Amino acid sequence: MSMEDAIMNDMTQIDQGVAVDELKMQARNVDVFYGAGGGTRSAEDMAADKAITHAIKHVDVDIADKTVTSFIGPSGCGKSTFLRVLNRMNDTIDGCRMTGDVTLEGENIYDSKVDPVQLRAKVGMVFQKPNPFPKSIFDNVAYGPRIHGLARNKADLAEIVEKSLRRAAIWDEVKDRLDAPGTGLSGGQQQRLCIARAVATSPEVLLMDEPCSALDPIATAQVEELIDDLRSRFSVVIVTHSMQQAARVSQKTAFFHLGELVEFDDTDKIFTNPSDPRTESYITGRIG
Amino acid sequence: MTDMPISTAPKRSLFAADARTVRRNRAERRFRAYGMAAVGVGILALIVLLVSILGNGLSSFRQTYVSFPIELTAERVDPDGNRDPGEMARVTTFGYLPLLATAFEAHLDAEGIETDMGVRELAAMLSEEAPAQIRGMVLANPDLVGQTIDAQILMGGRIDGFFKGRVTMESAERDRNVTPAQLELAQILADRGAVETRFNWDFITAPDASGSRPEAAGLGVAIIGSFYMMLVVLVLALPIGVAASIYLEEFAPKNRLTDLIEVNISNLAAVPSIVFGILGLAVFINFMEFNQSSPLVGGLVLTLMTLPTIIIATRASLRAVPPSIRQAALGLGASKTQSIFHHVLPLAAPGILTGTIIGLAQALGETAPLLLIGMVAFVREYPDLMSVHSNSFPLMGDGATALPVQVYSWTQRSDPAFVERASGAIIVLLVFLLCMNLIAILLRRRFERRW
Repeated sequence: MSMEDAIMNDMTQIDQGVAVDELKMQARNVDVFYGAGGGTRSAEDMAADKAITHAIKHVDVDIADKTVTSFIGPSGCGKSTFLRVLNRMNDTIDGCRMTGDVTLEGENIYDSKVDPVQLRAKVGMVFQKPNPFPKSIFDNVAYGPRIHGLARNKADLAEIVEKSLRRAAIWDEVKDRLDAPGTGLSGGQQQRLCIARAVATSPEVLLMDEPCSALDPIATAQVEELIDDLRSRFSVVIVTHSMQQAARVSQKTAFFHLGELVEFDDTDKIFTNPSDPRTESYITGRIG
Repeated sequence: MTDMPISTAPKRSLFAADARTVRRNRAERRFRAYGMAAVGVGILALIVLLVSILGNGLSSFRQTYVSFPIELTAERVDPDGNRDPGEMARVTTFGYLPLLATAFEAHLDAEGIETDMGVRELAAMLSEEAPAQIRGMVLANPDLVGQTIDAQILMGGRIDGFFKGRVTMESAERDRNVTPAQLELAQILADRGAVETRFNWDFITAPDASGSRPEAAGLGVAIIGSFYMMLVVLVLALPIGVAASIYLEEFAPKNRLTDLIEVNISNLAAVPSIVFGILGLAVFINFMEFNQSSPLVGGLVLTLMTLPTIIIATRASLRAVPPSIRQAALGLGASKTQSIFHHVLPLAAPGILTGTIIGLAQALGETAPLLLIGMVAFVREYPDLMSVHSNSFPLMGDGATALPVQVYSWTQRSDPAFVERASGAIIVLLVFLLCMNLIAILLRRRFERRW
């Protein structure tokens, strides 16, 4: 077996998902503009236009499978915007334009053949503010499987709901009142319900936009524990304002500043030995 | 040095209000008094309105009848003697009038009531509608011919007014339509129990009557006409309005064109309703050649008028649905349409319903555009859903009238008894509006209970 063959062999092994650090999503040279209107202007052209906000500047990020990646940075640095690039939620914002490539398992998610609706089933999202539907707890979790036809019958659906609620560590609290409105739960429970709802469609990547910013410390601890559990099945990307949280839950950390990706590395390295002076200033509290 | 007080004002007790506080409190009390006065004026106006309308109109729900036996002699009502309703119909109400008059006179004789009035004067105490009533009874049931029936006969408007306190002996002196002698006789009959004032179902179910017989005029045709028009408005305006609002609010790109449409919809809501009447006249009657005053045309005109109201209400309630709900649905992989129909629309439904019913209530009370499309005509025929004269399109054949138009045309008539009728019609209209609002509230409750 020649050297190349050995390498090829290794790569196929990676493709089959043997390696834990398998690459899940890849973003290359991503630029996002707000207020750009429609049209097909080039990134350079829009970047030069003073009327257009250049929210994300040439960002490259690799999201590994079964890993928690956190995005940190001061307010307005573009971390949430970039998160929304990953499941095309920015498409729903008027005047938002994106250039560059984002791939999910090698497939360009911005390809014209890709239906964002299908993409979002694979790349789930949990929002900053808990936003359960004003329906029962059961219907909240069952909504995703229903619209994607994931359950063959009622028993199947009930099983998916239970599994998702268990995975979101809220089953024991709500199992006796699945018919109660989801909006009647406490804030922390609502957020875990939203996580259960996102998990129910069996996404491959779970995006979380400051999931704990509206929660008290106890609920935050519960959600953080949950994120750690979820890592065994999904690739999790979390945006957070709390550097302690990023240090606690994530293996990889990306630091954004003014729309640029300043540094992206292992969490340990970012917090102990950052290579960029701006990262150091931020984590020690001098900027942001 | 750092704990120097900011201001050097002298120290004051909390118990003594300073001039500024006193002024402020006085202004607050004054404002509260203004507010109470405004509410008071509103309530007073409402009370005056209700008292005047109820005072004038409630009596129209009661009607005076006199009962006496009538012999339906065969030679009068069925001269051919074959009991064929078709041939009997040739005897007009004029043929029944003498029958009624002689029966009335005979009844007075039998009761031993003496009067020096002639048959003609006696018959004038009864409603002009009475012969038609008897004729209707006979034609509906030819077996009655030859029998003596104990009928309740509608009394004339003035006699009715006498028992309701509207007509007095003094006013009868000056009135060419009634004499004090007739009123005295009516009083004698009432003392003997022959006169009865009972609930007037005919006011709600019967068609309109001519200007000389207010006692027989009813709202039946107007209610049916209004009902059909509301049906047309509901069937057309609700889906069109909701679809337009959903498109404008959720799908339409935000550009000049949609801004223009938006401004124009708001303007349309403020266009005087009579303009819609002119539009309806020009488009539906002159251009499309629909039948004048048919319920369909009325409904279409009212639909045009109601659409902006529904669109504005629907858009407001769509906008009130928190964006987080839309995001949650989109984030789960729902399509835009799914997120709207599964989540946004159910949440907006109470608002949409309220807007729709308010629009319908507005349309129900609208008069001006209906006058322009010819609904003011005197209509005695109940409009049919599928009329025989119709060119096969529902609600197109027969002319109709509507409740507010009926109020309008009754107030135009000279007989003072129509004041009572018009007020009664207003009461019916108000009851319908109250019912609609009640339905709106109930529906809203029901929908809101599902969070």
